[in-house]
Amino acid sequence: MTHTDWPLWEVFVRSRRGLSHTHAGSLHAPDAELALRNARDLYTRRGEGVSIWVVPSSAVTASSPDEKDPFFEPSADKPYRHPTFYEIPEGVQHL
Amino acid sequence: MATAAARDTAGSPTAYEAPAGPGDTDAFQRAFDAAVAADERIEPRDWMPDAYRATLVRQIAQHAHSEIIGMQPEANWITRAPSLRRKAILMAKVQDEAGHGLYLYSAAETLGVSRDELLDKLHAGRQKYSSIFNYPTLTWADVGAIGWLVDGAAITNQVPLCRCSYGPYARAMVRICKEESFHQRQGYELLLALSKGTPEQHAMAQDAVDRWWWPSLMMFGPPDDESQHSAQSMAWKIKRHSNDELRQRFVDICVPQAESLGLTLPDPDLQWNEERGHYDFGAIDWSEFWDVLKGNGPCNEQRLSRRRQAHQDGAWVREAAAAHAAKHSDDTTGATRA
Repeated sequence: MTHTDWPLWEVFVRSRRGLSHTHAGSLHAPDAELALRNARDLYTRRGEGVSIWVVPSSAVTASSPDEKDPFFEPSADKPYRHPTFYEIPEGVQHL
Repeated sequence: MATAAARDTAGSPTAYEAPAGPGDTDAFQRAFDAAVAADERIEPRDWMPDAYRATLVRQIAQHAHSEIIGMQPEANWITRAPSLRRKAILMAKVQDEAGHGLYLYSAAETLGVSRDELLDKLHAGRQKYSSIFNYPTLTWADVGAIGWLVDGAAITNQVPLCRCSYGPYARAMVRICKEESFHQRQGYELLLALSKGTPEQHAMAQDAVDRWWWPSLMMFGPPDDESQHSAQSMAWKIKRHSNDELRQRFVDICVPQAESLGLTLPDPDLQWNEERGHYDFGAIDWSEFWDVLKGNGPCNEQRLSRRRQAHQDGAWVREAAAAHAAKHSDDTTGATRA
């Protein structure tokens, strides 16, 4: 049996105008054009999308799961970045 | 910052740091156990026990193979569908099954196995698919019975898998379950049309239900006390309900549906048990189940040889596409940039 070893692509679908593309899944295809066609057949059989991006999986750079605590730690200790941090007298409107 | 690909849905899960010693393994195991206990999802690059990975590969591959092999019994009737409407519906359904197989192969690949490896194992008979597809589709009514009963049993099995502890598998199941509902309803509608048709059509519908009922009940797997993988899979939250629990749920759903169809289920022991709040049903012939599983069903050989043939017949397409891609690898493709 011949093995083709087609590269893997990540598929992003914009479900309708005004929304961003979101990750739908992945598939194998020999090139970008066929990846797009396969993505259309695989991820938009019921009108789920108006636009598709395909990206070679090998082109994605990811943060490591092992680093997740130190890597995201700086955002965890700054409650003053949230509007709920501030006390506003009752009755003050539009704030 | 790791430079490895994200591979959230597919690819090799090699990016996590392998434990350096037994002490580390314990820490990884504790983190894994805690995540499962907290109902968090395990993602491809997380550390996971080898047995958890192997169980998922076995189950997801078997599930993917079932979707692909499952195209055959129904595709058998595409050319003989009684109307253009039914033909279009059946083609869309069979195409969905192919799609479901692809979602699942992608999910399996996130565990570090390749697509080719999985297909090789299917073709060599080293990985299984659901035994239900080793039964023949003898009449048009079988298309309806498959949609109602086989897809109905699959949905009962699959809805809890949407909450499976392994993220990519759970996400694939969400997509699949959304699409399965059409499969079940078209089957039910088809059977209803036959049941309300001529006496011959009604008899055909009844015959199909008679043949598919018991194999559908077997789809939930062996009884809980004989199911070798169940306990561990439940502990890992891959499985959320036992085989017998899901089987009972399916029976309870089907009985009133059969009444609305004007058809009977081929089980004289089927009756409502007020005390249990469930339908009692007759004993399942497990010797038939094990026999079909061993390869002695009516269509085991036919299904596998057809699959191998289809793969061989498609070889020139795969080769041509690869050659075209290599030839134009320097071009910008027909697609425009985002």
